[in-house]
Amino acid sequence: MNKYSPFLLLGLLALLPFVGLSSYMMHILILFLMWSVIGIAWNLLSGYCGQVSFGHAAFFGIGAYTAGIFYAKVGISAWWGMPLSIIASTIAALVIGYICLRLRGPFFALATLAMGMILKVIAENLTDFTGGDIGIMLQQRTWVDKTGYYYIILAIAAISFFVVKKIVESKLGYYFVAIREDQDAAESLGINTTLYKTIALCISAVITGIAGAFYMNYMGYIDPKVVFALHDISIITIMVVMVGGVATYWGPVVGSLIMVMLAELIRSIPKLGEAHHTFFGVLLILIIIFMPNGIVGDFRKFAKFFGVRRAQR
Amino acid sequence: MSLLEVKNISMHFGGLAAVSNASFDIKKGEILALIGPNGAGKTTLFNVINGFYNPTKGEVLYKGKRISGLKPHKICERGLARTFQIVKPLQRMSVLDNVIASAFLRANNKNDATAIAEETLRFTGLYEDRDVISKGLPLGKRKRLEIARALATQPDMLLLDESCAGLNPSELNQSIDIIKKIRDRGITILIIEHHMKVIMSISDRIVVLSYGEKIAEGTPAEISNNQLVIEAYLGEAHSA
Repeated sequence: MNKYSPFLLLGLLALLPFVGLSSYMMHILILFLMWSVIGIAWNLLSGYCGQVSFGHAAFFGIGAYTAGIFYAKVGISAWWGMPLSIIASTIAALVIGYICLRLRGPFFALATLAMGMILKVIAENLTDFTGGDIGIMLQQRTWVDKTGYYYIILAIAAISFFVVKKIVESKLGYYFVAIREDQDAAESLGINTTLYKTIALCISAVITGIAGAFYMNYMGYIDPKVVFALHDISIITIMVVMVGGVATYWGPVVGSLIMVMLAELIRSIPKLGEAHHTFFGVLLILIIIFMPNGIVGDFRKFAKFFGVRRAQR
Repeated sequence: MSLLEVKNISMHFGGLAAVSNASFDIKKGEILALIGPNGAGKTTLFNVINGFYNPTKGEVLYKGKRISGLKPHKICERGLARTFQIVKPLQRMSVLDNVIASAFLRANNKNDATAIAEETLRFTGLYEDRDVISKGLPLGKRKRLEIARALATQPDMLLLDESCAGLNPSELNQSIDIIKKIRDRGITILIIEHHMKVIMSISDRIVVLSYGEKIAEGTPAEISNNQLVIEAYLGEAHSA
């Protein structure tokens, strides 16, 4: 991966709609980019800063519901949800961070898991506000054609990728990794660990929230079971980054591509129903045992396994 | 004037008094050694000074201002850095990145931080190992990495917690040299050490703790003849 490869890939993806892909293919590409965004966000908090979150659906849902509620109650376009979700996600991150960030390691993970579940229950029961289980539906989506959505999520993905890359290479990045490696050592080196963990959480939450707001606009329908889902959002977020490679720039992108294609493949198997979660479980176990650093992190192992010979750099 | 004043510090964990009523002070530019048998409360005292613990009683003054009760990062910002007895390298980072991470405390951009870090690594003799992932570093170098990381925060005073324990003789001499060089830079040092060779060759004064209490204070020569200290280390002599 050289310096120009992100731009090359971006240019390639920007030209892709001109090939004349089917609506289904465009849908897959949009999902791939959306999951990349969520993966990039999770990777910053959990991969680089080491605060493993099992509740990223919380921020995804908050973003989606910000767009949905302002559309349904205030009557403005659901696209306003994108800028507004920045504010909503930041507030949510500050509250959740205040509660959860004093905990370390697995305890933080469990607390975020609980936060995701709590928000789901709240969204289900605040029926006047969220519509409860009926959810929120857009009367009319902005475009029938998918190209517009594609370029919007491509822009979001590109911005998130470069912003996170910039952050990781800066002072913030060093501080995040220092906190991940040893919080006590970081603290004694003059790093305000509480502050920097909160910053990581806020940035991660904002990016995830924007993805959520996009989801509302794109799908045109949300309900608590979809956007606050534990296994379909929070766990898949972790899977995306684990498969691709934790704490690597390209990990979330590669992971998202594989996970989205895999999900579509598995869904096409008849009579499987809910059992498709099993596949993800097995995959996660295999990844943890054989490629703990993901495909990007353990690329050499991966290449060797498939008999690919790679020229020496 | 004293740089650091430890005033009547007591630290209790439940019913256990790890440190009780310990007082001493350190003048600018000196090396003070803190010694005592295992479990005497030396590291606990460090953790109090460094801000990990809030003392049960007493206070710590640094440059005339109270620092006890502040968070460790605030204390480090004020120019008081420490190393850990059980080394805590940032494992999956290279040696250089370890030091850059701490150099950012005083640097505004990555170039400045890298410059400080490289200078510190040369000073501590780790420059050749700068690209090694610190997980793979042998213990002697990890101990020096601890010192390098603390130095990169550009402190006025350094707390060294057994930075020479477990080193082989040549590493030991190297570490002694580095500690002396640090003192020559005008950095005040408080050091915990068991190694008598190190203590006797570098320290200006020694404070002895036993069961959490200060039992003696003085120059190396005074301490080595102090009856209480000998008893604490070797046990009481049988009365004739």
